[in-house]
Amino acid sequence: MLEKNSVGIVAAQTAHFEQALTLKSGAVLPQFDLVYETYGKLNADQSNAVLICHALSGTHHVAGKYSADDKYPGWWDNLIGPGKPLDTNNFFVIGVNNLGGCHGSTGPSSINPANGQPWGAEFPVLTVEDWVASQAMLADYLGIKQLAAVVGGSLGGMQALQWTLAYPERVRHALVIASAPNLTAQNMAFNEVARQAIITDPEFHGGDYYAHGVVPRRGLRIARMLGHITYLSDDAMGAKFGRKLKDGIRYSFDAEFEMESYLRYQGDKFAGEFDANTYLRMTRALDYYDPALAFDNDLSAALKTVQASFLVVSFTSDWRFSPARSREIVKALLDNERTVSYAEVTAAHGHDAFLMPDAHYHAILRTYLDKVRV
Amino acid sequence: MSQTAQNNVNITNYALQFRQDFAIISNWVGFGSKVLDLGCGDGELLQFLRLSLEVKGYGVEKDDANWLACMENGSNVIQMDLEDGLSGFEDQSFDTVILSQTLQAMHNTEEIVQEMLRVGREVIVTFPNFGYWRNRLQITNGRMPVSKTLPYQWYDTPNVHLCTINDFDQFCKNHKISILERCVITNSQTVHFMPNLLGNLAMYRLKAA
Repeated sequence: MLEKNSVGIVAAQTAHFEQALTLKSGAVLPQFDLVYETYGKLNADQSNAVLICHALSGTHHVAGKYSADDKYPGWWDNLIGPGKPLDTNNFFVIGVNNLGGCHGSTGPSSINPANGQPWGAEFPVLTVEDWVASQAMLADYLGIKQLAAVVGGSLGGMQALQWTLAYPERVRHALVIASAPNLTAQNMAFNEVARQAIITDPEFHGGDYYAHGVVPRRGLRIARMLGHITYLSDDAMGAKFGRKLKDGIRYSFDAEFEMESYLRYQGDKFAGEFDANTYLRMTRALDYYDPALAFDNDLSAALKTVQASFLVVSFTSDWRFSPARSREIVKALLDNERTVSYAEVTAAHGHDAFLMPDAHYHAILRTYLDKVRV
Repeated sequence: MSQTAQNNVNITNYALQFRQDFAIISNWVGFGSKVLDLGCGDGELLQFLRLSLEVKGYGVEKDDANWLACMENGSNVIQMDLEDGLSGFEDQSFDTVILSQTLQAMHNTEEIVQEMLRVGREVIVTFPNFGYWRNRLQITNGRMPVSKTLPYQWYDTPNVHLCTINDFDQFCKNHKISILERCVITNSQTVHFMPNLLGNLAMYRLKAA
């Protein structure tokens, strides 16, 4: 069943690029595909396009369903649709699977044209800058010179910020949600543990597990379980599971607490559908992003060339991308006298809050987006 | 006259009629200047200054509903608690920092005034004058004042640091703050005679000495 205000039944499309893309690392992708979806109509002067950038495990499937009996809609369906805060009656919304992904865009599990084998370990390490460069090529492909807005949460927020640095004239508004101008040591440490879980899985085979017909499930599962702990706040976990037991204490190491079965379920589900090599690269892109690095760690100097207007949003209980990190972005924009508004949403859900349909949070996005001229 | 200019004049007249304090503030703010409005509420003052003086304005507001109203009014608004100071703002980075009828509700009164003087080249502070005769009368009658400017009962008021004009003059002297201009109004009329007794709203234009 399709709910009211849904974008309806959607289908993914693929853009093929024959041009070689030189990555920040110096590696070259001779050709690549980007899989994407669009919702709403591009207007005559191509001025109403909004790009959604996904986070660690996101995809191009942002809104709508693939069939009427599809169980789940796209990952940000609560935000996007006719009459929703990002209103597809006004905007032409684009969702794209990032390069290196495992949902259709060229990534480690794609076939390397050089040898007819899956790329595997050979697939280059990507950066936020590379993603934004490839997204700009997709915008060209779609005939869009300037985006009305780029919207992203978490790692997606870094891409929105990077758009305003790499292509200042090509983006009018950036909505940077639950994000940061770089990762703290603690935040990177979680990524390192996640990667170690994958890399030390005997079935990882140095990244070339495709040839062995196996996947490093255990590693990927643990990586995801760890991630889920950091996406929730202590309070949210307490409210959701507390110390609840499934059927009492059995003096075993089975999933006795409900929290344990939640983590195991999330880990299993993820390990069954996500590519380990993609996970490694997504976390690495997070680690590396640091636009202030080339400016003596002076973020204000790094953001001098920004032209876009910004909405920065953080959530009080988000400890993985804390409000203090968002305020750094706001300060750098204020130092440059850019147009910026900042909202700090009182929320219990931790980092996950950016995907939740909280009424005030959605009112913030709706009010801001309603003012975006198309 | 262009439609926009016509609208500006109408808006200016409207505000002059109903918000004498806005008109006085607009006399103290330069055309096209950079303004920070602390505790900006629904952003009405910022909107007025933007339309009449084309200021580059930012509001600071803690309350969710006010934040939305401010955004609705087309103002830039930063959500933060003034009690934490202004650490997100560089020294002398604004032409004018405004604290309009919020001083009396601040806990860290000295800190916020010092912070405003740090961030702004000039500072505008307005507050209800507790020395106003109607307040004194209510006190004389043995009750805490409740009026249009002080609309709260003693037990539910956000106002924790009420002061008189004489108190604030002394505060500025003690803290080495220069008073560039002072204006006192009652019911939209400027009060020159015995302002601490006859003035309802006190307005100060300040600068670090």
